[in-house]
Amino acid sequence: MAEKIKINLNRVPMPKQEAAVRRRNFNEVALGYREQQAVEEASRCIQCKKPNCIKGCPVGVNIPEFIRAVCEGDMPEAVRIIKSTNSLPAICGRVCPQETQCEMVCALNKKGAPIAIGRLERYVADWERAHPEIAERQKNRVTFNGKKMAIVGSGPAGLTCAADLAKLGYEVTIFEALHVAGGVLTYGIPEFRLPKDIVQAEVDYVKSLGVDIKLDHVIGKIATVDELLQGNYDAVFLAPGAGAPMFLNIPGENLIGIYSANEFLTRTNLMKAYRFPEYDTPIKVGRNVAVIGGGNVAMDASRCALRLGAGKVHLIYRRSEVEMPARAEERDNAKEEGVIFKLLTNPSHFIEDESGKVKAVECYEMELGEPDESGRRRPIRKPGTEFTMPVDTVVVALGTRPNPIIPSTTEGLEVTKWGTVKADEDNGRTSKDRVWCGGDMATGAATVISAMGAGKRAAANINAYFEG
Amino acid sequence: MYRIIAKERLAENIHLLEVEAPEVAKKAQPGQFVVVRVDEEGERIPLTIADWDVEKGSMTIIFLEVGTTTRKLACLNAGDGILNFVGPLGRPTDIDHFGTVVCVAGGVGAASLFPISRSLKACGNEVITIMGARTKQLIFWEERLRSISHQLIITTDDGSYGRKGVVTVPLKELLEARKVDRVIAIGPAVMMKFCCLTTKPFGVSTIVSLNPIMVDGTGMCGCCRVSVEGETRFACVDGPDFDGHKVDWDLLMNRQRAYLEEERKSLELWETKALKK
Ligand SMILES: Cc1cc2nc3c(=O)[nH]c(=O)nc-3n(C[C@H](O)[C@H](O)[C@H](O)COP(=O)(O)OP(=O)(O)OC[C@H]3O[C@@H](n4cnc5c(N)ncnc54)[C@H](O)[C@@H]3O)c2cc1C
Ligand SMILES: Cc1cc2nc3c(=O)[nH]c(=O)nc-3n(C[C@H](O)[C@H](O)[C@H](O)COP(=O)(O)OP(=O)(O)OC[C@H]3O[C@@H](n4cnc5c(N)ncnc54)[C@H](O)[C@@H]3O)c2cc1C
Ligand code: SF4
Ligand code: SF4
Ligand code: FES
Repeated sequence: MAEKIKINLNRVPMPKQEAAVRRRNFNEVALGYREQQAVEEASRCIQCKKPNCIKGCPVGVNIPEFIRAVCEGDMPEAVRIIKSTNSLPAICGRVCPQETQCEMVCALNKKGAPIAIGRLERYVADWERAHPEIAERQKNRVTFNGKKMAIVGSGPAGLTCAADLAKLGYEVTIFEALHVAGGVLTYGIPEFRLPKDIVQAEVDYVKSLGVDIKLDHVIGKIATVDELLQGNYDAVFLAPGAGAPMFLNIPGENLIGIYSANEFLTRTNLMKAYRFPEYDTPIKVGRNVAVIGGGNVAMDASRCALRLGAGKVHLIYRRSEVEMPARAEERDNAKEEGVIFKLLTNPSHFIEDESGKVKAVECYEMELGEPDESGRRRPIRKPGTEFTMPVDTVVVALGTRPNPIIPSTTEGLEVTKWGTVKADEDNGRTSKDRVWCGGDMATGAATVISAMGAGKRAAANINAYFEG
Repeated sequence: MYRIIAKERLAENIHLLEVEAPEVAKKAQPGQFVVVRVDEEGERIPLTIADWDVEKGSMTIIFLEVGTTTRKLACLNAGDGILNFVGPLGRPTDIDHFGTVVCVAGGVGAASLFPISRSLKACGNEVITIMGARTKQLIFWEERLRSISHQLIITTDDGSYGRKGVVTVPLKELLEARKVDRVIAIGPAVMMKFCCLTTKPFGVSTIVSLNPIMVDGTGMCGCCRVSVEGETRFACVDGPDFDGHKVDWDLLMNRQRAYLEEERKSLELWETKALKK
């Protein structure tokens, strides 16, 4: 049968702050659709009979349905549809890697113009925040089923699991080590990509479902997982993320001026060092900043450095741009803002000045050899290419691994050789009775939406365990 | 909010706060620390647990006023609240029956040492405590330390109380005079460094409590990294106690100076604001 529907391939672009302006402020880069733009984009959706897009979303948002509601201008309905499966839409709409999730499998992607699902989701979520009376009407009203759940970590995995269980009638307590909830959403991803009042609003929504969040509680220290199980709680969901930073292990790495990306971003985002001295926590950003790494975290650190007043920011990465794990969008944003990419380059050691601060980094050049086990071409050192680059601030963004505090204090919890907790991918069950795990702690550093998917699957399995 | 139950001024610029934190008190052990944040704009700073009371559900911290956060803390009184109080963090001090243990405290280090010495004594060790301060006015908890020590030696830099001089002098004398099985030194980095240099020739195992700048205190930022036996360790989770003979002291002291300029600026601003009030 011939195609009758006229397909519109003009994705409505996202308005953004100008690069020259935004590179010096912490305000949000992407400004969001206005109503007319949202409706225009939504009306491009061809409402597939068998919508692939839903399968591309780890939390199963009913995408065609909510898009239809947007087309019809029925925003409360769009909110209801999204929130029935996704408790954190304002966050997902901003930071989901849609190009490898829902939008990748959208029918229109074959024509190179998938529906901007993330942007529409963001639009709906932002609309809801501007209309609090709707949230009031859609309040969770369930009676407790008498079961008490402890969740460790208030990142996307923990929040999602908590919300789903609360909706099912569980009494849920989240234990969070830091003084603010949100996990990486709060301490890692910068304000200009994900404003903290939006994270707070989503956290408040989860609280409004009846979830109690206990901040300042480091599980493994103030209480162990076993103590939670012996005490008040029927089950535990572990979602402590993978927050321990890795370093290069090269000489000079502990000089003043050298940060892990986690420290750099935590000082900036969680402690608000970009507002020092109004806020007490300082950060030092010099004239020549080098960020080492090629992932999203490296992009965030580089862009923060610019906004904190850096003169030049060099991004040092040992492979070429093709192999960079960072999202294309973030890479382009960083480039537009003036981050200089030093590719096929690797540091060998840091050089100090007379006061113990870093003053230079010695690097060498690399070339690409045969593909390695990750399928990417292996970088090989080019002999005789050593050179020195002056730097006064360095951010090491090599990735993170799970923090051992929980595995080392929990009896009978099996871990892998990478330090991640062994958990069933489909349902989150661990080797330990009544303990589930999901998110970065189970997978190693991944994405917000995959952590949320894990939280959701674990909630369903926990419920099956107690109901079945 | 964590409510302050009691406050005491122990010496010029040294204060004690007893804070309501029953869950922390239940798990506290000697050598561990807490991280506090005073207010919304505040920095997170680590302070050692000086004492605790499980029944009362309270934690005692003792601090020296050095910068913005400790000045802010010093302005609080019983009935006020501290915004965040996280703990107990770090590994507890290794307590065992060692034999004779010399415990050396420099300045506010006396506060951190107290629960350690108490446990060591309860464990059957002979505990000899050396307490050093710049001058007599800065000595506190003398009676408390005496009560858990078999012998207490006090030194002051200016000779205004106890022996004149630094703690390493009586430490060396003890090492020369008798068999010492272990030394525990807590205080400013230089003082710990010199204690280690003193004990090294005698081959006596020396435990120190390192105090690098910290942010989270849970192993996720790496700000607290120190070098021990040439390896990078995180003081907040791998320590704060380490074998002092293996510590790179110059690195520790260097990293403690990372923010001198900013700390000064922050304090100036706070003082101007405080004056206006
Ligand atoms: C800088 C940066 C940028 C990123 N950008 C993106 C992006 O754009 N898009 C995307 O999809 N993903 C991004 N990611 C990855 C994504 O943020 C993570 O995959 C996701 O947050 C993992 O969620 P989680 O719930 O497993 O853990 P986390 O978000 O890490 O949360 C874990 C929480 O548990 C707490 N915790 C840890 N240990 C304990 C304990 N013992 N007791 C109590 N609480 C504890 C932690 O303090 C933390 O709050 C980024 C990551 C970083 C670091
Ligand atoms: C595990 C640990 C336990 C500690 N226990 C105690 C304690 O029981 N009592 C006590 O008085 N102090 C203790 N300290 C030191 C205390 O944390 C610092 O004095 C405090 O952070 C200073 O904060 P501020 O904002 O008042 O001063 P700032 O303006 O931040 O600093 C002023 C001066 O203090 C130094 N300094 C800053 N941060 C630290 C730090 N984290 N550690 C050491 N020196 C620092 C700076 O080099 C500077 O010279 C401990 C430190 C650690 C790491
Ligand atoms: S949550 Fe993420 S993956 Fe799911 S529909 Fe929204 S943007 Fe797509
Ligand atoms: S696959 Fe794309 S076009 Fe089809 S329903 Fe989903 S969003 Fe609409
Ligand atoms: S203080 Fe952050 S890792 Fe130790």
